Amino acid sequence: MPTQALAGGHTAAAHENADVLVSFSHVQKTYDGDTLIVKDLNLDIRRGEFLTLLGPSGSGKTTCLMMLAGFETPTSGEIRLAGQVINKLPPYKRNIGMVFQNYALFPHMTVLENLRFPLAVRKHPAAEIDAKVKRALGMVQLGGFENRYPQQLSGGQQQRIALARALVFDPQLVLMDEPLGALDKQLREHMQLEIKHIHQSLGVTFVFVTHDQGEALTMSDRIAVFNHGVIQQIDTPATLYEHPANAFVANFIGENNALAGHVMATANDISTVSLGDGNVLAARTGDAGGPGSPVIVSIRPERVRLAKPDTPPHSRLAARVIEQIYLGDHIRLRMQVSGCENFTMKTPISKLDRCPNAGETVDIELSPEHLLALAPPPSA
Amino acid sequence: MTAASDTLDPSPARAVPLKRQLRRAERRKNLLFMALILPLAVFVLASFVLPIGSLLQRSIANPEVHDNLPETLELLDDWSGEGLPDEAAFVALARELGAARGTPAIADIAKRLNREQPGLRSLVMRSARALPLAEGTPAQDGLIGIDERWRDPVIWETIKRAGSPTTGFYLLGAIDRTIADGGEIVKLPKEEAIYLDVLVRTFEMSVIVTVACLLLGFPLAYLMATLPVRHANTLMILVLLPFWTSVLVRVAAWIVILQNEGLVNKLLMWLGATDAPIRLLFNRTGVYIAMVHILLPFMVLPLYSVMKGISPVYMRAAVSLGCPPFSSFWKIYFPLTMPGIAAGSLLVFIVCMGFYITPALLGGPGDQMISYFIAFYTNQAVNWGMAAALSAVLLAATLVLYALYTRYLGGNAVNKIR
Ligand SMILES: Nc1ncnc2c1ncn2[C@@H]1O[C@H](COP(=O)(O)OP(=O)(O)O)[C@@H](O)[C@H]1O
Ligand SMILES: [Mg+2]
Repeated sequence: MPTQALAGGHTAAAHENADVLVSFSHVQKTYDGDTLIVKDLNLDIRRGEFLTLLGPSGSGKTTCLMMLAGFETPTSGEIRLAGQVINKLPPYKRNIGMVFQNYALFPHMTVLENLRFPLAVRKHPAAEIDAKVKRALGMVQLGGFENRYPQQLSGGQQQRIALARALVFDPQLVLMDEPLGALDKQLREHMQLEIKHIHQSLGVTFVFVTHDQGEALTMSDRIAVFNHGVIQQIDTPATLYEHPANAFVANFIGENNALAGHVMATANDISTVSLGDGNVLAARTGDAGGPGSPVIVSIRPERVRLAKPDTPPHSRLAARVIEQIYLGDHIRLRMQVSGCENFTMKTPISKLDRCPNAGETVDIELSPEHLLALAPPPSA
Repeated sequence: MTAASDTLDPSPARAVPLKRQLRRAERRKNLLFMALILPLAVFVLASFVLPIGSLLQRSIANPEVHDNLPETLELLDDWSGEGLPDEAAFVALARELGAARGTPAIADIAKRLNREQPGLRSLVMRSARALPLAEGTPAQDGLIGIDERWRDPVIWETIKRAGSPTTGFYLLGAIDRTIADGGEIVKLPKEEAIYLDVLVRTFEMSVIVTVACLLLGFPLAYLMATLPVRHANTLMILVLLPFWTSVLVRVAAWIVILQNEGLVNKLLMWLGATDAPIRLLFNRTGVYIAMVHILLPFMVLPLYSVMKGISPVYMRAAVSLGCPPFSSFWKIYFPLTMPGIAAGSLLVFIVCMGFYITPALLGGPGDQMISYFIAFYTNQAVNWGMAAALSAVLLAATLVLYALYTRYLGGNAVNKIR
């Protein structure tokens, strides 16, 4: 079965698609009646996937998650869960597990009572409750902590209990809103992998919200990049990184060098771009317009090379090295290229025959397959 | 400059062991802290510990006879209690009563002895007036000549008993007990036994006011905690308004509002809820209304501060786990407000127990609380012993309550919720 094209192009057929667990169609949300926090959101979440909503703070990720959980209602549009429209379904009937940023473990209940809570509410038999709680605690490796109160646990342990509590009642969907934000870096990285492994072993659908692109790349099957309430691109981590759909995505995910110019000609998916200083480069056409339109050519620092004798002229630029930063396993060169002061080149030391020093002028190679012509962001 | 760097350099020759240095630094810090709390400590001692101590001491003090008839009492110590005391005791009594004559001391003695045995006041006053005895008269004959009753050994027994430096009389009286002639503790006759009833009434009224404050204050505090700050502040001002007017003014206002021709009755009659005015004043109803009004802020403020600290995310979490909103409120939110409920209730209850002016002005004779009687004994009857004893009983009841609070709701139970 071919998977649906996801951003836009939403058809009624998607609702019957057995792969789709949640679908947002034409969802809008405004709090004050003036500004749309979420604009015409169309998004299908597949059964069993780990989908991350990534975007800067204030881009509407939490709002989307809250609409899915039922704590906010869409101003217009439809949200379906397993084929049913759930716009009016109260949150406690949705059977969606949720992990909050500060865990929201009930402070007056022990770990055991916290985990029993969702099961007791559902009036499961006592023996079943005990078995499920035990399994959930085992899953997060906190067996033996049953009688602790939440404030007697470390941040990482609270995080795991919160996850166990969101999973213990076997929800079809688990939502997490920046759940790792309060942890220190090392623990955060550890938890990223742990959550990912739990996801893999359970096969439950996870929707994860973060503003940290590294976290999103590490954990996700797919990432939806949000900006100003609009999904900019939704793709696998590798596709997002290698083929960003627009300048926002290119800048938001990973490091990026951007040079401004104008399109001269477009042919066979290759745009010829004239930079501000008259140099001409060939680049893959991203979402850039036709001849004459302003454009930004973008390239990742690790794709920049020192030019070789056979480098063709439309891939070659002169660069003045401003600063050399030694990082052990690789070296970064900050250089001035075509008026841009912050052009960065990043290369493993083993790949360098000779490292240019600060003040030196060298030629660099920007090959068309890694150079992407993108329309400048609206504000620029 | 060199001098400065010299003093900063820890020269190895002066090196003091690290532990001693640490201890010295700690000691300096502790001294500083003690100096900081010294004024408060002195204030608390002077305004709280000492007065309460002297009050408690007064509840068992028995100075009237002991201080004014010292020689007589000393001689009576040797008296067997059978027959009359010897002449020396009569001489001492005649001299000491004579000395007390015309001073307030004689009234104290008379009053004190009269309490032991009604009628002794007149005996003492009459005897004192006739003193001193004519020159040459034996004291025994002289006193008996003034009043035949000096012939009765029971009178002397009474003086001896009333002369002990301390007495449990007041404290026992405060719980409707007294010391019978034989020295054993007995219940007061029904018509005199009122303080246990008053104590029970004080408790009962305090419980009712506390519960009413909780029932009214909880939703109000919840509203304030959930409302946007601007509206919450307006409400807060309304709640605090009673604090800004004196109790007397508020009570007077209630009299105006609650009287038979007052606002409330007019409204009720206009609405047709009642044909004749309902009596709202000078009975329990009026007292409760005014006390709840005065004490509501004491309930709302602790509740509000606790509720403000409860993140709304807990309710969301409960709902997301499948618990319907009302049930979530009851199972999650309500237990989290427990420290506020406990603190507010304790505060209201303890303040209630000491209420005096509101019941005195708005209640009938059957609505007075224990403080009314304390005030009565200090201001009108000038019986410091009884006033102090009732205060001691009130203090003890309050302390017991506080102990129960810390045992069951304070300490661990509340800390658990943080
Ligand atoms: N309950 C609310 N009422 C009004 N505005 C809100 C509310 N929640 C969020 N917003 C606004 O919506 C925008 C998006 O917020 P949010 O969805 O929390 O973004 P994100 O999670 O991506 O940081 C923000 O500008 C925020 O101020
Ligand atoms: Mg957010």
